[in-house]
Formats: sequence, C-alpha cells, structure tokens
Amino acid sequence: MATESQDRPELQDTRPAFSTRTAEIAVAGLFFLLGAIVIFDSLRLGASWAEDGPQTGYFPFYLGIIICLASLINAARGLALSGPRNRPFVEVGQLRLVLSVLIPSAVFVGAVGWLGIYVSSIVYIAVFMRWLGKYSWWKLTAVAFGVAIAFYLIFEVWFKVPLPKGPIEAWLGLD
Amino acid sequence: MDEIQSLMHGFAVALTPTNLALMFTGVILGVIIGVLPGLGGANGVAILLPLTFSMAQTPGGQTSAIILLSCIYWGALFGGAITSILFNIPGEPWSVATTFDGYPLAQQGRAGTALTAAFTSSFVGALIAVIVVTFLSPIVASFALEFGPPEFFAVYLLTFCAFIGMSKEPPFKTLAAMMTGFALAAVGSDPVTGTLRFTFGSVYLLNGFDFLIAVIGLFGIGEILLTLEEGLAFKGASARINLGVVLETWKELPRYWLTSLRAAAVGCFMGIVPGGATPASFMSYGVARRFSKNGDKFGSGQVEGVVAPETAAHAAGTSALLPMLTLGVPGSPTAAVLLGGLLIWGLQPGPLLFVEQKDFVWGLIASMYLGNIAGLIVVLTCVPLFAAILRIPFSVIAPVIVVICAIGAYTVHNSIFDVWMMIAFGVLGYLFKKLHYPLAPMVLAIVLGDRAESSFRQAMLMSQGDLSILFSNGLVGGITGLALVLLLWPLASWLWRRAKGE
Repeated sequence: MATESQDRPELQDTRPAFSTRTAEIAVAGLFFLLGAIVIFDSLRLGASWAEDGPQTGYFPFYLGIIICLASLINAARGLALSGPRNRPFVEVGQLRLVLSVLIPSAVFVGAVGWLGIYVSSIVYIAVFMRWLGKYSWWKLTAVAFGVAIAFYLIFEVWFKVPLPKGPIEAWLGLD
Repeated sequence: MDEIQSLMHGFAVALTPTNLALMFTGVILGVIIGVLPGLGGANGVAILLPLTFSMAQTPGGQTSAIILLSCIYWGALFGGAITSILFNIPGEPWSVATTFDGYPLAQQGRAGTALTAAFTSSFVGALIAVIVVTFLSPIVASFALEFGPPEFFAVYLLTFCAFIGMSKEPPFKTLAAMMTGFALAAVGSDPVTGTLRFTFGSVYLLNGFDFLIAVIGLFGIGEILLTLEEGLAFKGASARINLGVVLETWKELPRYWLTSLRAAAVGCFMGIVPGGATPASFMSYGVARRFSKNGDKFGSGQVEGVVAPETAAHAAGTSALLPMLTLGVPGSPTAAVLLGGLLIWGLQPGPLLFVEQKDFVWGLIASMYLGNIAGLIVVLTCVPLFAAILRIPFSVIAPVIVVICAIGAYTVHNSIFDVWMMIAFGVLGYLFKKLHYPLAPMVLAIVLGDRAESSFRQAMLMSQGDLSILFSNGLVGGITGLALVLLLWPLASWLWRRAKGE
C-alpha cells in the first residue's frame, strides 16, 4: 500500500490545475444560477398570497432570493482571495487521479443500464485493479467474480432485493 | 416510574434471539463501514436501508429493522476511532479530534491503551446519552403532542439556525447549502396543493430528489474522490489489544470521570440541538484541554485527549435520535436516514409514535443499551481484524465501494436515473468538501423541506400571513427567539472580535 503512491508518476505533477479563487467563484456562480431558476419558476407559478392562502411558489421564491444573495456574498469573498490565501484548489496530478476514477465510474453507471449490474461490476472492478493497481490476471478475476457472486447471494438470495440484470443473465436463465 | 416499566417491556422485545443476532450483525457491519473510506454512518445505513424493506413487512419486523440499522450506526461510531488512532486517518468526521492525541499514543507504542480508552469512553458517552433519551423523550413527546403548525415550524427554524450558529464553516456557505437543500426538496409536487413545480417537463423530476440518493452520493462518492487526492499511503501502527492492557486502561480511566461527564454533557446538548457529533467532539476536546491539569501536554498523546472527543461524539450521535423520535426532526444526517427508514416502513415519527407504537419505540431504546454493549465487546475483541481491512489496497477497495454505492442508490426506487444522480451528487460532495460548504444541513433540508414548508404555510394560513404568530405564545416565542439568537450568533461574534480590534 505504501509503495502505491510512489509507483504513480501522475501524482508527481504538482502544478495547480485551478486556484481556490476560481473554484469558489465557479461554485458560487452555480448556486446563483440555481437560485435564479428557483425564483423564475416560483414567479411563473405565483409567489404571492391568493384567496385560499399562500401560492405554490410562495415559499420557494424566498429560498431562491436567499440562495442568490448568499452566493453573491460567497463570490465576493472568493474574489477577495489573493496571494498565499489563494491556494491551488487541486493539482494537475491529483485532478488526473480523480478523473481517472470518476470517468470509469460514469461509464460503469452507463453500462449498468445496458448490461446489468453483475457484468458491469466484474468488468469495472477488473479494469480498475489492472489499471491503477497492476494486479495479475488471476487475482483480479478472483476478486471481480467473488464480489459479484457475494452481491448476488446477499441481495437476490438472502434479502430478496432484485438488482438490474442484462442479456447475459437472461441467457444464463438467472433473470 | 413509567419509563422503567416501559423500558423493561422494551428489553423483552429486543432480547429475542433474532434481534440479538441482528444486533451483532449490525455492529460488525457498522464497524467495517466506519473503517472503510467512502462508507460512513449516514451512507452506510442509506445503502443497507433497502435490505430492510421486506423485513419490515413481517409482524414485529419494523423493530428488528430499526435494531439492525441503529446498530450499524453504533458500529460506525466505534469504527471511526480505529482508523484515527492506528492510521491517523479519521474514518468519520467526528473522529478527527481523536487523532490529535490518539495517533501520538499509537506512535509511542500505546495503541492498545488509546483504543481501549476510545472504545470505553464511547461506550460511556453512549450510555449516558441513552439514559437521557430514556427519561427525557417521553416528556418531550407528551409536550410535543400539543404542538401545532407554528410550534413545529419554530422547531424546524431552530434546527436550521443551529447549523448556522454552531457550524465551523462560513455562515453564508452554510446558508447557501441549506437553502439549496430546501430548493431540491421543493422539486416535484407541492405538499399542500399538489401542483407540480420545478420539474420543467421532466418525468424523472416528478418525484423530486430523494435524500437517500443525495446521502450516498455526497458522502460516498465524494469521499472516495477526496481520499484519492491524499495519495493513499496508509501507514498504520499495529493493533493488538490484550486483556492486560484493557484492565490497566480501565484502572486509569476513572481518574477522568469529570472530563467524561463534561464531554457527555456537551455531546448530549449538541446532539439534541442539532449541532451533531463532529462539532461536539471538537468542542469537548477544547473544553477538556482548558480544564485539564495537563492541558499544555494535549496533542502529545494524552489519554484524556482521547476520552473527551470520543465520549462527546458518541453522546451526540446517540442523543440525536431523541428529537428524531419525539419530534420527527433528526439531529444528524444518520438520524435523518433512520427517519427516512421509519417513513418507508410506514411509521410516522413524532410524538404520536410514543402512544401508538410503544413496542417499537421502547424496543429501539432498549436495543440502544444492548447494542452499545455488543459494540464494546465486538471492537475490543476484533480490532486486528478491522485494522486489516484498512490494509486492503485502495485500487481493490475503491471500485468495490463504488459498486456498493451504485447498488444502494439503485435499490431505493429501482431506477438507473438515481444512480446517475448519485454520481452528480458525488461530484458536488467533492467540490463542497474542498470549499467548506457543509453537507449535513443540506441533507437535513432535503429531508425536512416538505414538512417545514407545510407547517410554515399552515401557520401562515392560521394567522392570515402575519409572521407574529411565531411569537404568539411563550412556547413558540421562546423557540423562535432561541433560533434567532443562534442565527445571529456568527454576526455577534464577528462584531465582538472587531470591537476588540483583532
């Protein structure tokens, strides 16, 4: 385990990918956008007082206002970051590692809808172990199949919770 | 002494062989969850919640289901200490303060002492909190039976203002995260009139955002992404506890009774007023350092510095169930997930639970005593096994945890769209954690959003839109007043610091 980080040249790249200021402003902008959408739809639905009480948009309208105001203050505080307080938000090497997990995970989720959870999990775990851990084939086959079989037993057999299945399970008659 | 009688009845409910087996299963699962990166109390319970759906439909099954889930929670509370002390990696946010003195102790070769002290004080903290829950919750529940919409809204207000006042994160970030939670909760149909809102024609948004998905993504996937950045070099002290060390530590611990008592008081307070276990552990560590004779030696491996945060974290984690059961207002994200479970099983949390579901409530409270005893036995005997889990390389454990999270997110509603949402929430969780946006108030806002809105609108209907109804009598006025004090607390302390010229 301890040697794993030394084996990885990608972690050595310590140039900053983004500064904290950029990240702060981007996230505050995201919040502002969300607040604006909430205000917009609340006004469309009616955000005032009708004869039978407050309208559907009454409560969310104020939520939207508060989100927008708070995000403006957060953006201003982000803008004020400078010099040593404006630390790198993430280094290039770190970002590469994070993406190298995030992107396969997204592909995995896409595959679950198509191949079912078992086949996608086996492929995903095996690829991950091979790519980031450089394990031998027999080890990753054992872990990947072991995990899939364990999940099958726990969820489908013991607790009777059906998991998504694909064409291969149908062909095996497990569906 | 009605409570004693009810409690004895509860023990009879909890002490069946099935429930005892579930207790040990829950605790062991919980410790594993607490030790693994990316799995914690809140998302661990959320992922395992669907497993209880069929269990809860059998007679008495709801009690068994809550025993299983709450014991996972106790186990996770215990498990956090193991990684803090042996690896200097807090497995859970509330065990960060435990690393300050726990890890130095382990480096000095006194890991066994530190672990025994941590487990024992966790147990003591939990025990004191369960006693508080036993005797206080029936009083709070009978009091709350009289609550109308204004009172309930005032309680919600207090909950959320407490987050702003007590949080270590910047208040405007807390506010933005919290209000976003409310906005996400508002998606779907209006709880009062049923009108659709914020769906923008999408079928997937008809039912709104489920907080279980948010919990799994924010805490699970987000945590995995964060752990990756740290470089993954887990170097741990070896874990061995033998009976001699345990007995020796137990002989030393009574010396810190005052520290424990103070820590438990801080913990219970922070758990009931939803500050949560994490601030409670830091606050208690600070208080112990100020009052201790060896205060200046804190941080260099003082047993007292392990006792204080662990007692407080467990007391807070346990007492967070009090407002969840009696008012339907959870004090922590994990309590919120348990509340979600109750709702799915068809139970309505709140004061009526104490009248209509006596078996369930008292079975749960009795199981809190038993579950913590089970937890103490499990962790004291199995520490080396749990520590071994941490030595599994990250490239094996990370994909398995992502798969577990995906299964957990899928099984909530059998929907692949939810798994996509989980990934999206995971990215958000990563960004939020790095930029110090707090996650707990956002999660609680998603859970409580609809009910907070309903009670607000009902209160406004009663008063024809006049906000002064929130001060209309002593009770509601007192709660609202306290909420406003907490809300303005950061402003007051900022002005105070400025006035002192800092």
